[in-house]
Amino acid sequence: MEEIAARFPYWFIGLLLAIGLYGMIGKRSLVKKLIGLNIFQSSIILFFVASGLKHGASVPILQHEHHPIAQDYLNPLPHVLMLTAIVVSVAVTGVALSFLVKIHHEFKNEDEETILEQLG
Amino acid sequence: MAAVFLSTALSFLGLNHVLENGEIRYALGGWAPPLGIEYVLDNISAFVSVVVTTISLLVIYATRHIVSAEISGHLSSFYCLVLLLLAGLTGIVVTGDLFNLFVFLEIASLAAYSLVFLGGRRAMLAGYRYLILGSIGGSLYLLGVAFIYFSTGTLNMSDVLYILNQQGASSSVSAGAIFIFAGLGLKMGLVPLHFWLPNAYTEAPSSVASLIAPIMTKVAAYSMLRMFISVFPEGYLINEVPIGLMLISLGSLGVLVGSIIAISQSNLRRMFAYSSISQLGLIAIGIGLATPLSFIAALLHIMNHAIMKALLFLVVSDINSRFKSEELKSLVGIGKVMKLNMIAFTIAAISMIGIPPTAGFFSKWYLALAAIDLNQWPVLIIILGSSLLTAVYIFRILENVFVKTADSESKNNQQSIDSKFGDAHELSLLNITPVLLILAISIIAIGIFNMLIITHILEPAL
Repeated sequence: MEEIAARFPYWFIGLLLAIGLYGMIGKRSLVKKLIGLNIFQSSIILFFVASGLKHGASVPILQHEHHPIAQDYLNPLPHVLMLTAIVVSVAVTGVALSFLVKIHHEFKNEDEETILEQLG
Repeated sequence: MAAVFLSTALSFLGLNHVLENGEIRYALGGWAPPLGIEYVLDNISAFVSVVVTTISLLVIYATRHIVSAEISGHLSSFYCLVLLLLAGLTGIVVTGDLFNLFVFLEIASLAAYSLVFLGGRRAMLAGYRYLILGSIGGSLYLLGVAFIYFSTGTLNMSDVLYILNQQGASSSVSAGAIFIFAGLGLKMGLVPLHFWLPNAYTEAPSSVASLIAPIMTKVAAYSMLRMFISVFPEGYLINEVPIGLMLISLGSLGVLVGSIIAISQSNLRRMFAYSSISQLGLIAIGIGLATPLSFIAALLHIMNHAIMKALLFLVVSDINSRFKSEELKSLVGIGKVMKLNMIAFTIAAISMIGIPPTAGFFSKWYLALAAIDLNQWPVLIIILGSSLLTAVYIFRILENVFVKTADSESKNNQQSIDSKFGDAHELSLLNITPVLLILAISIIAIGIFNMLIITHILEPAL
C-alpha cells in the first residue's frame, strides 16, 4: 500500500495513458479520438514534470552568489522540454481540429462507421 | 523548386566534405553539445540526406503538372507544406539530439498528414487516421526519451552512448528502448503497426504519394538504425532487451504479410503500398541482425527502395493523370503507348524482385550474407521467399502491360488511350519521362558500382 502511495503520480499517469489509448482505439467518434490523443499526450507531459520533481529544492535562480549548490535547485530542463512538447501537441491538435471541420463539412457527422458507410 | 535544388546541392557538398574531412558537428545557437542541441553530419547521415533530398528534388520536378491538376487552391501553400516536410526529414537525419529528433519527427509528420488530407473525400478519413496513429507513435517515442533522459540525465546521442557504456544495463533504460522502438515502428509501418500506411498511400493525391512513399518511412527506419549505432551501446539491444529479435521476427512477418496481401490487390497503388510494407520488413531485418554487414544492407536497401518506389509511384501517378484509373486492368496494352516509361518501370520491377545486376539484388545479397554469418537460416529463407512473392505480383503487372492482347473490351480502352493523348502526354514526356530514365539508369548504375558506395561511404562509419 505504501509502495503504491509513494508512486502515486506514476500510477495516475499510467491510468491516464490507458484512458487515452482506449479513447483513440476504442471510440468511434473522431472527436473522442482526438480527446483521447490529448489525454495521452498530457499524461506524457505530466510524466516528465513529475519525474523532474525534487524535494527541498527551489526554482533555478541563483541565490547564494558565491557557492551555488546544485542540490538546492530543480533541474529546469524537463520543464523546458515540456514547453516544446506542449507546443507540438497544440500544433497536432490544431491540425486535427481543422481536419475535423473539413470532415464535418463534407460528411455532416463525425462517426467513423457512418463516414465509412457514406464512402461505400 | 530552387530551395529543394539548393538543399540537394548542399547535401552533396556535405557528403563530399564529410568523406574528405570526417564528420561535422554543429552546435546550435553556440551552446556546447551536452547542454545545447547538436547537429551531426557523419557518413551515414550525409548519405541518407543525399538520398532524401535527391529523390524529393526529382519527384517534385516530375510531378509539377500533376500537382497543378490535382490540387485545388493555392499551389504556394502546397509547396510550403512540401518544404516543411523536407525540413522535418532532413532535420531528423542530421540531428544529434533525442528530443530534437522528436520535434523534427512531428514537423515532418504534420506536413505529411496535411498533404495526405488534400486528396479528396476518401483521403480525409485516411489522413485523420494517419494523424491519430502517427501521433501515438510520436508520443510513445517521447515517453521512451523520458525514460532515457531520467536515467542518464542527457539528451545528446553520443553523450547517452558514453553514459550508458559506463552505467551498464538498467530496467528503465530498457523500458525506454522498448517505447522508442514502438514509436518509431509505428512511424515506419512495421507490421502489426502498419494499418495507416496502405490507406494513406492509396488515398493521397498521387503526386503526394510519390513524394511520401519513397522517403517518409525510410527516414523512420534510419532513425531506428541511429538508435542502434549511436545511442545504445553495442549489443545492448540484442542482449539486454530483445529488440533485435523483435525487429527480425516482425520484419519477417512484414515481408510475408505485405507481399501476400500485395498479390491479391487490383489497385496498383495499394499493391505498391503493401509491397512497401514488405520491403520495410527487409530493412527491419537488416537493422535487427545488428552486424556491420547487415547495417550496410539496410542502408543500401533504404536507398534502393527509395529509388524504386519513387519510380513505381511516379509511373502510377503518370497513368492516373492520363487515364484517371489505377486499376490493374487499365494497364492492358499500355506497353505499346508509353514505351520509355514502361522500360523504366520494368527495370524498377526487376530490381524489386532482386535480379542482378540491378541495385535491388545487391542489398538483398548482403542481407542474405549477414543472415548466413549469424546462422539465421529462417531469415535467409524469408529473404529468398520475399523475392519469389515479389516476382508473383510484379509479373502480374508486367503481364498486363506487355503480354495481354487487347480483347474487344480493352480495344475500346485502347482507343480511349489514343484519344486521350493530348496535353497530358506532352507534359508527361517533358516532366516525368526524363526523371524515370534517370532513376532507372541510377538503379543499374548503383547495382554495378555498389562496391564503391560501400567501401567509400558506409564501411568507414560502421
